[in-house]
Amino acid sequence: MLQVNNIDVFYGNIHALKNVSLEVNEGEIVTLIGANGAGKSTLLKTLSGLLKPKQGTILYNMQQIAGKPAQMIVKNGIVQVPEGRRVFANMTVEENLELGAFLRKDREGIKKDLQHVFELFPRLEERRKQLSGTLSGGEQQMLAMGRAIMAKPKLLLLDEPSMGLAPLIVQQIFEIIQTINKEGTTILLVEQNAHMALSIADRAYVIETGKIVLSGTAKELKESDQVRAAYLGGM
Amino acid sequence: MDWLQQLINGISLGSIYALIALGYTMVYGIIKLINFAHGDVFMLGAFIGFFAITRWEMGFLPALIIAMVLCSMIGVIIERVAYKRLRNATRIAALTTAIGVSFLIEYTMIFFRGATPEAYPQVLPNKNINILGANISSQTILILIVTIILMILLQFIVHKTKIGKAMRAVSHDADAARLMGINVDNTISATFAIGSALAGAAGVIFGSYYTRIDPLMGVLPGLKAFIAAVLGGIGSIPGAMVGGFILGIVETIVSAVGYSLWRDAAAFVILILILILKPAGIFGKNIREKV
Ligand SMILES: Nc1ncnc2c1ncn2[C@@H]1O[C@H](COP(=O)(O)OP(=O)(O)O)[C@@H](O)[C@H]1O
Ligand SMILES: [Mg+2]
Repeated sequence: MLQVNNIDVFYGNIHALKNVSLEVNEGEIVTLIGANGAGKSTLLKTLSGLLKPKQGTILYNMQQIAGKPAQMIVKNGIVQVPEGRRVFANMTVEENLELGAFLRKDREGIKKDLQHVFELFPRLEERRKQLSGTLSGGEQQMLAMGRAIMAKPKLLLLDEPSMGLAPLIVQQIFEIIQTINKEGTTILLVEQNAHMALSIADRAYVIETGKIVLSGTAKELKESDQVRAAYLGGM
Repeated sequence: MDWLQQLINGISLGSIYALIALGYTMVYGIIKLINFAHGDVFMLGAFIGFFAITRWEMGFLPALIIAMVLCSMIGVIIERVAYKRLRNATRIAALTTAIGVSFLIEYTMIFFRGATPEAYPQVLPNKNINILGANISSQTILILIVTIILMILLQFIVHKTKIGKAMRAVSHDADAARLMGINVDNTISATFAIGSALAGAAGVIFGSYYTRIDPLMGVLPGLKAFIAAVLGGIGSIPGAMVGGFILGIVETIVSAVGYSLWRDAAAFVILILILILKPAGIFGKNIREKV
């Protein structure tokens, strides 16, 4: 479904992604793990069209999407839940969800998906008229995910959904990621929390200072000494 | 009841400031630029209205609409030609450019038609109406009605339409808005279009009320509208409206109590006070969380 081939991404002269290749097949949960500053968010921003790779190709369903405008990428079904949620704090929960469906015109479908989001996250329905800036961190994460679902993603990009949340909430969020996946959405999950990410993923990549250093099935990586030492607290 | 009369005069002057201030505040909200050419768009609106009324023999409303449409186009052209390429430049570069655009408009206008003022034709019925003992001109009331309709329309656009929601989303977080599929460039252009249309409307209203227009007429009202926007809290739409009305009322009161020479100074005193006491303005934006 998604093939990233040898991309290089720069911020000015900072070389943030170096010859990165990665693949996501339809129906999978693929995770990309790495420490702070490794380049995970840079990769997701590049996939979403916020950054342009200097070299390399990004093929989505065999079409080149590298450097295409962000709205076109969303339209094609690649939708991102950004790091730090980035909800529109000055708008209500409901308005945030409507913005998720910004490019859609199928009113009936939008209504149905809104109901579906409320089923996945009943808290959001209780707070639908509330300003999203007043929500707790966990609720904001739910809102950011609900907003992305409103865009009808085929490939959902999640940037550190567990960041700053209590373990119990993280558990809930990860269960919902699995539900969304079972309903037919392919998932690329970026995490520092390798333990949680590897527990739900099919395959995984490890990124260090802009380079992919390891890849394999989640099971293989969980058992790899290198990963255990660096990302699983040496367990 | 002289006071009621002064209050209403103040409100109608304030409504003109408010209309201009809205453009300042919307543009600032979305690209953090003080568009100093905005007062000149107001001036162009006044002249477009003038030509529409005198040459094409239109009435007040059609002239108002023509001025709004043309000014919105002018606003978009200014944004696309001068400001768009400066999105990632320093603020001071953008600000300098805005001042340059302002001079360019003013002196191009003077180059083509000279600096002599023009007398605005009387297009609005001018009768005195007696309300609660106060003598209020029908012009004042009409102007107030028109500005209030425009403000309600703006509130509707910003809160209920797709483009309005996109504008609010982009002004809060442009990259997050991009991730929703919002076209940020078009949204910024729409903001300039709407803000400039309101300035154009203010120009026609100003002309028909104060009956005298000239190529530099945008400087002082532009500056005062900017102060009104700061007073209300720059970036805040309700703030611009409230700031405009307060400024208009204060100026009118200052003249009414006999200090008319101090009228213009009042605005600057307000600016200094607000910068000392509450720099974020009355409706100062709540600080955005950065996680
Ligand atoms: N806007 C930016 N300008 C310059 N450098 C950046 C910018 N964003 C990220 N970087 C740098 O790029 C590298 C990768 O950052 P990022 O992709 O955010 O890492 P991660 O998401 O894995 O924590 C880091 O060294 C970071 O300092
Ligand atoms: Mg990151």
